[in-house]
Amino acid sequence: MSKREGTSRDLEARSNLELVGSEAPSELLRELVAHLRQNRTLLREEWVVRISETRLLTAMTKEEIFAEATSVYDSYVEALETEAFEALQAYARNLSERIIPRGVETHEVVGIVLLLRDVLARSLFAKYQTDFKKLNRILDAYEPAANRIANTVAVGFVQERERVIRQQQEAIRELSTPVLQVRERLLILPIIGVIDPQRARQLTEQLLRGIRTNRAKVVVIDITGVAAMDVTVANHLVQTVEASRLLGATVIVTGLSPEIAQTLVTIGVDLGKMNTVGDLQGGIEQAERLLGYKVVTLAETR
Amino acid sequence: MEVPILKQGEVLIATFQAALSDADLEHLRRGLVQQVVKLRSRGVIVDVTAMDVMDSFASRTLREIAHMIRLRGAETVIVGIQPEVAFAMVQLGLTLEDVVTALDLEEGLAYLTQKFKNTD
Repeated sequence: MSKREGTSRDLEARSNLELVGSEAPSELLRELVAHLRQNRTLLREEWVVRISETRLLTAMTKEEIFAEATSVYDSYVEALETEAFEALQAYARNLSERIIPRGVETHEVVGIVLLLRDVLARSLFAKYQTDFKKLNRILDAYEPAANRIANTVAVGFVQERERVIRQQQEAIRELSTPVLQVRERLLILPIIGVIDPQRARQLTEQLLRGIRTNRAKVVVIDITGVAAMDVTVANHLVQTVEASRLLGATVIVTGLSPEIAQTLVTIGVDLGKMNTVGDLQGGIEQAERLLGYKVVTLAETR
Repeated sequence: MEVPILKQGEVLIATFQAALSDADLEHLRRGLVQQVVKLRSRGVIVDVTAMDVMDSFASRTLREIAHMIRLRGAETVIVGIQPEVAFAMVQLGLTLEDVVTALDLEEGLAYLTQKFKNTD
């Protein structure tokens, strides 16, 4: 029985139930499930046709859709019968895990579940069209359960997607900020890609920690791979340079693109504090000079 | 809590403890500026490893110490600023301009030794 109250149809349905009502809602559901089991092949077939008609799940083959449809149908009916959604939830998560890598979109998953709901509702209309009051009661039992199923599947799918996205973000974050030691007391921090404030903060933390653990005296930050940065991040870069100096390390920034140079000039960076060299090679050479290294070829030593 | 000032060769070393009041900092400044000439030191190291917070007063005092010591004819190095403290300071705009900093006591001593050698 629906928990919603106040709509006129609910009231009508309830009064009908009081007047005629011989079956409890669970009985109605049982009848409903029996009907869906009986017509399983037919309804499933119709559903699959509707899916391909509306061009959903285009990333999957016909056979795959059919196999998946069968198990979705069975889980759906089972959830209707037992009103236990845990199994369905687990199935939805499992399904999402399999189809997300194939590029299935949220609207497709929600779409097919809603299609199934409609197909089943139509079959109920067809079956009870002569007994309008009973149809009403059946729908009262069916609709909340069906909506909850649709909700469960959609939420399961979205949660799985978010989990995947979070996982990937973490992987990118871990990969994206290596602090490398190239010589005793010389660190290199190559930055590639877009820097957002969060990544900038993480970069700084990692660099400052790296300076301490490696006892670095000179750090080369190479931003050749950064096309542009906004004012906030540029400011952050300058702060990173100053913080490194407080730890006793000199920072050399290399590979500034014209756009970034423009940004730094616009925010009025004190260039006396920033040690910049055109490319990474030049940066490393300058760092070696600061550290007192000199690279000579073997021929020169002879 | 008073900060002890140690003499190590030509260098004076002052090591901060965790919680220092403003009065302690003032006292340290006076002590260092007096001692540096009295003991004929050429360098001063202020070790702030134990400080997990650096407010504007502390950082201004450090800067003043460094500048006053320079006027008294010696060189100051601030050592042991923690990474988190360093970034917090920079965000507050406390960048200790014109003050030499080093990673730790060892680095600070190495810097001063090198400096003395160059000027000898």
